[in-house]
Amino acid sequence: MSTALTLIEVSPSGEIRGSAKMLLAAATRLGTPVAVLSTTPGDHSEHVKQLGDLGAHHVFIAESTQTDSLLATPAVESLAAAFSHFETSAAVLVTNSVEGREIAGRLAVRIGGGLTIDAIDITLVNDRVVARNSVFGGAFDVESSIHGGPAVITLRQGSIDEEVTAHTPDLITITLSLTSVAAATITSRTEAPTDSGRPDLRGAATVVSGGRGVGSKEDFLLVEQLADALGAAVGASRAAVDAGYITHSLQVGQTGTIVSPQLYIALGISGAIQHLAGMQTAKVIVAVNKDPDAPIFDFTDFGIVGDIFTVIPQTIEALHRFRH
Amino acid sequence: MKIIVLVKQVPDTWGERSLDSATGALDRSAPDNIIDEISDRSLEVALRHKDETGAEVIVLTMGPASAAVALRHCLAMGADSAVHVLDDALAGADVTWTSSVLAAAITHEGFDMVIAGNESTDGRGGVIPAMVAEHLSVPHLTSLSEVHIAVDVVNGSRETDYGTLTVTARLPAIVSVTEQSPDARFPSFKGLLKAKKKPLATLSLSDLSINPETSFGSTGRSTITTVTRRPARTAGIKIVDSGNAGVELAEFLAAGRFV
Repeated sequence: MSTALTLIEVSPSGEIRGSAKMLLAAATRLGTPVAVLSTTPGDHSEHVKQLGDLGAHHVFIAESTQTDSLLATPAVESLAAAFSHFETSAAVLVTNSVEGREIAGRLAVRIGGGLTIDAIDITLVNDRVVARNSVFGGAFDVESSIHGGPAVITLRQGSIDEEVTAHTPDLITITLSLTSVAAATITSRTEAPTDSGRPDLRGAATVVSGGRGVGSKEDFLLVEQLADALGAAVGASRAAVDAGYITHSLQVGQTGTIVSPQLYIALGISGAIQHLAGMQTAKVIVAVNKDPDAPIFDFTDFGIVGDIFTVIPQTIEALHRFRH
Repeated sequence: MKIIVLVKQVPDTWGERSLDSATGALDRSAPDNIIDEISDRSLEVALRHKDETGAEVIVLTMGPASAAVALRHCLAMGADSAVHVLDDALAGADVTWTSSVLAAAITHEGFDMVIAGNESTDGRGGVIPAMVAEHLSVPHLTSLSEVHIAVDVVNGSRETDYGTLTVTARLPAIVSVTEQSPDARFPSFKGLLKAKKKPLATLSLSDLSINPETSFGSTGRSTITTVTRRPARTAGIKIVDSGNAGVELAEFLAAGRFV
């Protein structure tokens, strides 16, 4: 059986990121799953064990002292090295993040592979990798297959969630030489705060978003309070981000994050088409807006024409009552 | 300094966007094709550097004949010249072909720096700048919210899913900018008049010494097998708050087991 390579993401503090589970589960569908780790030299026995628990049959570690100081290229070189080591790789799977898709893009050029970006599902049909995508904000479902070369695929975070059998993986460790590569240098790094305790916007089951109607940075607290009452992730429309109510990384829409949660609650969001493109595949959509003619009401399962500052505190209180 | 800006004509997000159900290709015959907002912003970054230093700015696109309109718009904004890669054999090109052709056109023109948008509003792939960089064997500095260009170095602030990085590279290099970069200027009346006299070159694949069969024969390619339009959403319950809507919302959420 051919192998399927996965690029395992590691945080600056050395933890394996949550995307590893999805990537290894997806790789198991396509072949013998291989975890590729691009990292600085050190003791990686704990990583190897964790990756085995997530189903990796082989762990390929490519070490370099420059891995943390060069942009994207160390991961490209690591995957290229793994690709030539495992001569039979049919697919390379990478997380669909800003960095992941650039790594996938450079790798596809390097190994002469075909590239599919932001797949939400993958299967093997007659030895060919078939990927499913949702495009134009979910208006279309598209299936594509890669032929004529290896498949390089970025997978949308949270798109595949299944359990696979744990293994005791084989370990291959190599040293990468990165002295002559064309790469940008990272001069400093600020990790986005993740101590909010809320789920990640990508892959969250429930998302509560606020728009311009929230009115101010201080009042955005109301959006966060409802999110916390529901164990939800917080999002925002571009208007709210542009007005400075909240950080850009939480923007939902055409030019922000595309989410597909079970429940999406839009507060003070009129429903510009750019925003709808980022959330209209949500299973259930709820909106509260003062304007009875707001376009978002054409898409909602439950719409309330009203002031979010009277409606939402009442909802939060009622939710607490239901719990007790 | 010679800066090439990659621009793209896309269907207007505000209009109807459609895929051909037989081929899965984007329906580019739809009436509302416009220059992508992020292309305008990329050009603005280049023009600001031109304003300061007199750099040469060339805009480059690959697309159907109608894309020339987007290039004229860029010339009116202040670009010095434009290059249009136009060839029927490129209809339905995927990112593998596109990046390869753009890299060939960039090499053909010569460059110190390439600026592009981080991702287009139609394809949303966000991979072209990095793929072109790999073809050209130069660094990519992508998803920059701020760009600083010096004589032989470029640096900037990069937004990723996990935080912010400051990055730097020696030129030549490829940069992509996000929508956090400054708003683009509008073409002036004088700019519109001048644009008519500026050079707009059209290149075919043979001008770039590319033969699709031999140049792309051995690389993998993604082709669309099926396209399904999802049914449009329809509106459900809509109530006007008369004092109790907050509780009704909580009940709706509880009934849906979201609590």
